[in-house]
Formats: sequence, C-alpha cells, structure tokens
Amino acid sequence: MVERKFFDEMGPDEAQVRAPYAEYANWFEGEDPRSLLKKSAEAETFFRRVGITFNVYGQKEAQERLIPFDIVPRIIAAQEWRQLEKGIEQRVRALNAFLADIYNKQEILRAGRLPEHIIAQNEAFLPQMMGMTPPGGVYTHIVGTDLVRTGENEFYVLEDNARTPSGVSYMLENRETMLRMFPELFTRMKVKPVSSYPAELRRSLSACAPPNFDGDKPSLAVLTPGIHNSAYFEHSFLADQMGAELVEASDLKVIDGRVQMRTTRGYRQLDVVYRRVDDEFLDPLSFNPDSLLGVPGIMDVYRAGNITIANAPGTGIADDKALYSYMPDIVEFYTGEKAILKNVPTWRCSEGDSLKYVLDNLSDLVVKEVHGSGGYGMLVGPAASKKELADFEAKLRSNPDNYVAQPTLALSTVPIMTKKGLAPRHVDLRPYVLVSPGRVHITPGGLTRVALKEGSLVVNSSQGGGTKDTWVLGD
Amino acid sequence: MRLSITHTTTYSYDRPVSYALLQLRLTPRNGAGQKVISWQSSVSGASPQVQYEDHFRNVTELVQMDPEGTTITILSQGEVEVENLNGVIGAGTGLAPLWLFKRPTAATKPGNTIRKLASSVKEAFAADPLDGMHKLSDAVSKAVRYTTGSTNVTTSAEEAAKAGVGVCQDQAHVMIAAARHLGAPARYVSGYLLMDGLNQQEATHGWCEIWIMGLGWVGFDVANEICPDDRYVRVALGRDYGEAAPVHGLRQGDAEEELYVSVQVQQ
Repeated sequence: MVERKFFDEMGPDEAQVRAPYAEYANWFEGEDPRSLLKKSAEAETFFRRVGITFNVYGQKEAQERLIPFDIVPRIIAAQEWRQLEKGIEQRVRALNAFLADIYNKQEILRAGRLPEHIIAQNEAFLPQMMGMTPPGGVYTHIVGTDLVRTGENEFYVLEDNARTPSGVSYMLENRETMLRMFPELFTRMKVKPVSSYPAELRRSLSACAPPNFDGDKPSLAVLTPGIHNSAYFEHSFLADQMGAELVEASDLKVIDGRVQMRTTRGYRQLDVVYRRVDDEFLDPLSFNPDSLLGVPGIMDVYRAGNITIANAPGTGIADDKALYSYMPDIVEFYTGEKAILKNVPTWRCSEGDSLKYVLDNLSDLVVKEVHGSGGYGMLVGPAASKKELADFEAKLRSNPDNYVAQPTLALSTVPIMTKKGLAPRHVDLRPYVLVSPGRVHITPGGLTRVALKEGSLVVNSSQGGGTKDTWVLGD
Repeated sequence: MRLSITHTTTYSYDRPVSYALLQLRLTPRNGAGQKVISWQSSVSGASPQVQYEDHFRNVTELVQMDPEGTTITILSQGEVEVENLNGVIGAGTGLAPLWLFKRPTAATKPGNTIRKLASSVKEAFAADPLDGMHKLSDAVSKAVRYTTGSTNVTTSAEEAAKAGVGVCQDQAHVMIAAARHLGAPARYVSGYLLMDGLNQQEATHGWCEIWIMGLGWVGFDVANEICPDDRYVRVALGRDYGEAAPVHGLRQGDAEEELYVSVQVQQ
C-alpha cells in the first residue's frame, strides 16, 4: 500500500505543534508518561462506576461493553469552530426546510432538483406526516452532524443523523472525567464548557410546546424502548440531567385527548416527548400494530396539536444515505447559498455508470448500505482482504440499489496515549445541534470518536472505536 | 340527489374491556360532486379524545372506550347532496403526491394471481387507460366473486384473488393492486351506497379510484360493476382499506367481539 500522509491535528511532529495544541504540548512535556497511563486506567474505573456501557450488536450474545476513553483531548481553535458552526447551522436549517417541503408541497421535486424516485421509493418517507406542521415548525430538534477533517481547512459532512443521534452522554461524561483528572489543564487553557447541554436541551424542547398547550411550563419526558436498548444509559442520563421523566410506552396512555404519564399521584399530562423509539414502533394504532414499544394514539394526539414529538416522525427521510449525495443541492435550494461544509463525493450504485466505477475501484472505496447505520455491513476497500472484496462484489451485483460508495477519505489524526507515548489515530466528530423555533444552538465540542487500532479508519464504537473529549478553545 | 344517511355501529364484548382506542373516519368529504349538508356523529360507551384531518384529509376522530365497558355504539347521521359525475372525481385537493398511490402496501402487494390479472388487460390499458381499467374491473369482478363470510379485514388482495372470493373491500384491493402493478396510481374509498329498492343497506361500502391521465381520479365499483354515480357518498380515502376504514381500533385483552352495523341510506 502506498504510504499516505494524513493531516495530524496536533502537528506533523514535536517541532511543529499546531497553535491550538501549543499549550497542551507544553503541559504534556512536563508530565510523567507513567502517571498519565495510570490516570488513563483510572478513567476507565470512573466510567465503570458511572455505568456507561454500550451494547455491541452482531456478536452471539449482546454484550455490554465499555467504550474505551482516551485521555488526550481533541482541540479545536475558536476560529475553526466558528466556521464549522456556520456550516452546520446552514445545513440543519436546510434539513428542516427540506422536511417541511417534502411533507407538504414538495417544491423541490416539482423544481426537478431532486429526482422523485429518491423520495417515492424511500421507506423513510412517512405519509402520516403529510399536510401537517410540527409544533414551532421544527422537525429535527436534535441533530448529530458527523464530520471528518482531511486538512487544515477541509471538513466534510459524513452523515446528518436527523433521527435520534446518540452519544451525547459520552460528550458530557468525557468532559466530566477530564475535569476531574486534569483540573490544572482547564485553568491553563480556555476551554468552552459543554455542561449546559442538558439545560439547553430542556430549553429547546420547552420552546417547542404543542399548539394547544396553555400552561407556562410544558412537561417533558424521555421515551425509551427500555433497559435492553443499547442506549438506555443515555436515555436515563439525559432525563435525569434535564429534569424530565424517563418513561416507557407502558407508562403512557391517551386520556382526555392528551398523552398522559402514570405517576405516583395518578396520571399527568405530557406536553413534549423526546422519544428514542423509532418511527415504526412509535404508535401501534398508526404504524406497526405489533409494536409493544409504542403509545397507541400518540400520532392522533400529535396531529391534533396536543403533544410535541421530538424528533418529529418521518425525519429519517432527511438523513437517508440515498439522499445524502443531493445535500449540496438541497442546501442551495432552501438557503439560496452554496453549502459551506463539503459533502463527500458519492457514487450511487443504483446508477449503472456509478456501479461500474465502484466495481472497478472497489479496493479504494468505502461502500455503505443505503439504509444502514453504526458501521454494520460496510466495506472499507483498502483494508479488506481479497475474499472480503470478492464477497462484497457479489452483494453489490445482486442488489446494487442498496449501496452507495465513497472515496476513502484521508481522515485526520489526533494522538492517543499509548504505552509507547503519543501515537496518531484517525478521528471523526459529532457535534450536537439543538433546533427550536428561530434558533439553532450548537454545543461547542461534541463527541470525537477515535479508531484505536493503528491505521484503522472505522471509528464506530460498535466496531472497536473509542472516544475523546473535544475542546473548543475560547478566543 | 340528496341522500339521508344513518349509520350505527355497535361493538359488544363478552367481558369488560380494560382499554380500547378507536379511530373513526365517518365524516363524508366535501368535494367534486358531493356536498355535505349536515353531519353529526356521537358515541356512547366511549369518550371522544381528539379530532383532526389526517394525511389524506379525512376527518378523523379518536375515541377511547369507557374503562371496563362491554359495548360501544357509534352513530353518524346527516344529509349529503350528490351529483352524478359518472365516477370522474378529477384532480384531488390533497397534498398526497400521485407516486404515493403507486406504491404497493402490505394489503395490496401483488402476487402471481394479481400479476396475471393485470397482464390480461395490459394491452388494453396501454392503448386506452380508461378502457383498460374498465376491462380490469370486469376481470376482477369475474375473478373474485362477491361472497360474504369467506374473507375478513386482514385478508390481502393476493389471498382474495387466489381464493377467488371476497367482499367489496377485497375486490377493491385486488383492482388497486393490479392497477398499481400496471403503473396506475390507485386508492381505496370507503363510503355509502344507496342500493336500489333498499333503505336498510347491508354495510358500509368500499370501492377504488384510479388515476387516469387527462381525467384525474375515476371511481370503479367492482362489486357492482359500475362507476360510482349519485348514489355513492365518498367518506374516507387511503392507500388501502386500513387507512380509510370507518373504524380502526386497538384494544387490550382477549374479549370476544361482536359487531353490528346498520346503515340506512335513503333519498
């Protein structure tokens, strides 16, 4: 394999540390590597005690596993962040405008800017959302935009995650851990806090009260599928942190035209539900009748304007991988501006020419399932064996519509702490975005995922990735 | 023609039901050839929860059965002025795009039997879509004989086509499935029909509408082998029966249900 040069965010070597890392590098030099390694072990103990674990699918028995945490922060300069913020805000506004359009007049299809089949043949389009405006006009209350960096000023959006982006609890716990272990660093460097996220989430959801809400403080709840869900920890954590109820479907019932939750003092009206249950399972009366995770009648109450569902049902159509390649057009169509953040060039295997290109260049490409998530069922060409390539080629030929391909990006690296000292590893970034009427709030930082295996480009926690604290510096 | 309609639905259970919700789509639509003069509905044994227009602009009510109740009665009545348009409804007023009505649903997914039915009129449909659909309606009427009691609300189009028997709902589903297979947008309509010489009708009726270029939506009532005229009142639309059903419910427990429906349509 040809040696590739990757952009390292700390700098190419010790002599050329990039500005955002200068102070950290100074500090690091004065530290004893052995004591840092010891702290690294302490961090793990801390996480176990807090109980942050993650279920790994695809193994014989679903196994609870700790996501490894690396103690070297990923640092972003104030100026870099401002640019990212602008790009993310633009993209998220476009996503909401797109959703409002696609569930109403579908101007973008009429204008021919998006082929009809992208929507018409998409399972994520939810007809039950047609002809209604969600409270405050907000569809995606919470977005996790996955970004990767390839150079000094080069950022790409990998995925928009407009349904139920997870991982924000790691962002918060990672920071908490760093504050405990390295308080001196936070006095030496101006790091923007992330701890207000739960309060911002509360504020943002409260600002989206349903049209028929007439009190002064809407009541909020987090709806979880239950303790067997891989993100259950996060559901309970967020409910606890923002002072909302944590409920399962069996706690909720439609009474007097409202969704009400069972409490120790009888039933109480629920105004805004942050649901972590997929659309299909949300309401057995309107969707999958066999769902035990949903609340019968919640869609009726929603359409009647008596509850807010966050994120709105049907938002999946906006972060679908089949739609992704059209995002630059979508941004331009709704904002009238060129997209600030780049899209990764994407070959749609449903198109004959693209399929041919993908098959001819399989060993250089990343191939993903159109509707997949979590890094399952994808091929990383450069890292694949001959047999894996051949197997994947067969899959592609038999069902090309199911795949899109992208070049393997030269993902930036950030050092992690190893027994041999600092060593570069590939990272991505998921900032968390909150949308309320007229406001887009982006928490400075986010979740940095890191591929812990040397040379690996797959950062998904389900595929052996770890996380880092993400620091956005003040001016 | 002015039609006066009284529609009573009663569900009785052999033991108390702890919790049940019902979605009602019972209010006739205003639209081409049809004007609602007066309409009201009431329920006993259940409490109204919310009312809204659904994604096909059907007036939808959600009611909850009284806890531990054993019976619900839903009464709808009113007057509707209907004009004979020979089945031609024209362009819709809703936001639903035509392609939505081309996608099969679980209940209208074609199998071999339906594909065969569709291909028997393929050439006629290509030459003249309206003529093709009339031929399809005839073919479905022959292939699926009107027989009560052999199918139920969960019977799929393909199952009914295979069995060769069904009620109006099954015949409509088979026609919808075959029309979509030929590439024509198709939808289900539930409503009322004044049967000649009868004041007391057997049940609510169901038929289908097919989109024909140049004409818009055109109704086909396979069961009666005609296009709907001024004896038909359109109530609810959907991609299949499930979305347009007059009553769609969900309840806890395993009480045995008995259904009694009375429909009176008169001039």
